[in-house]
Amino acid sequence: MPKVKVARKSTSIDMTAMCDVAFLLLSFFILTTKFKPSEALAVVTPNSVSAKAAPENDVVLITIDKAGKVYLSVSDKNTNEKREIIKAISDAKSLNLSEAQIKAFTRSSSYVGVPFAQLPGLLSTPVDDLKKIKMDGIPVTDSANNQLVDWLHAAATAFAGRKMELLVKGDNDSKYPSFQGVLNAFKRNDLLKFMMVTNPEGVPKGSELEKANRDKPAVAK
Amino acid sequence: MAEMDTSGGGGHKKGPGVKKSKKLSTRVDLTPMVDLGFLLITFFIFTTTMSQPTAMKLNLPKDTDKPEEQNKVKESGVLTLMLGKNDQVYYYEGTLAPDASNFKSSNFKEIRNEILTKKKSTDPKDFVVVIKPDKDCTYKNVVDMLDEMLINDVKRYATVEISDVEYQLIQRTEGVTK
Repeated sequence: MPKVKVARKSTSIDMTAMCDVAFLLLSFFILTTKFKPSEALAVVTPNSVSAKAAPENDVVLITIDKAGKVYLSVSDKNTNEKREIIKAISDAKSLNLSEAQIKAFTRSSSYVGVPFAQLPGLLSTPVDDLKKIKMDGIPVTDSANNQLVDWLHAAATAFAGRKMELLVKGDNDSKYPSFQGVLNAFKRNDLLKFMMVTNPEGVPKGSELEKANRDKPAVAK
Repeated sequence: MAEMDTSGGGGHKKGPGVKKSKKLSTRVDLTPMVDLGFLLITFFIFTTTMSQPTAMKLNLPKDTDKPEEQNKVKESGVLTLMLGKNDQVYYYEGTLAPDASNFKSSNFKEIRNEILTKKKSTDPKDFVVVIKPDKDCTYKNVVDMLDEMLINDVKRYATVEISDVEYQLIQRTEGVTK
């Protein structure tokens, strides 16, 4: 039996410091979380290895949902362009939209997914009812009645001279004819450069693109 | 584990008439609070990453829509890919033989090898990939195929309308395999 007995020290650690750090981290993340704006149109976009960031301003966004319906919206910052677009459409199609309806279109996060005939009705619905109505989408599949052509023509005129980014956001399961209709609308307006919104995906190992990226120094975005 | 000691020190003098107060333990166990704190942290860590907007874009080059581009290419350097339904890919090299002997089918995983073999065996300035989606394929198929062009560093490619002959061929092949 050893004569020297080691005095038993207390093994409880004061956890206050850890608690403090935990709450500091928590507050940091709460304050820096940006929630995605609740999308009225739920679209699952495909993945792509493309590494360019999607622009946020001066964007004309064309959304194709799962059922193949086509919707058009313009980035919120461009209220002047939105006004010009809706006025041009109103004149071209003799819709005689009232000031209130024009305001409804220039509102932020507004989008259009109806044929011209239903456009006045859509712009008259109050914001709270918008989520409930079912839109049929802008007709694009029939080449004789591709209404997207007119929308894009108005948009191109409104953005004349300035840079207009064309963005297509399609759902994975939407069938090709809708996309083809959108492409035809682009062609008829001579809009040859456009981008498609995708989710980021890693470059496959051993592929040519990976080798090209390795050899090339990083290009500034 | 975590404790707050709020007993406030004992040893108050007993006044007259005060009954002997039983010192109750005022130790609060704060373990569940810290657990919740960590749970909330992990939640916010994960949601902060996810709220990044879908920030990638697939840029379609200008030559997609110019038909005159295709005429200047040697037919032997052309690989035509057709996109059918249910993620099926059909392809042939050069021009379609009258008896469709060079019409082959594949899927998205194997098509990469095909593209690479064709690319290696062709002169870079003659190598063109023509993508022909039919009306049953999905948007995802088209984007995946365009992605393959990027991955395999194909410099010239074009999206073209599918012809009736090719569509018939696809229908027949799918009819056989169904």
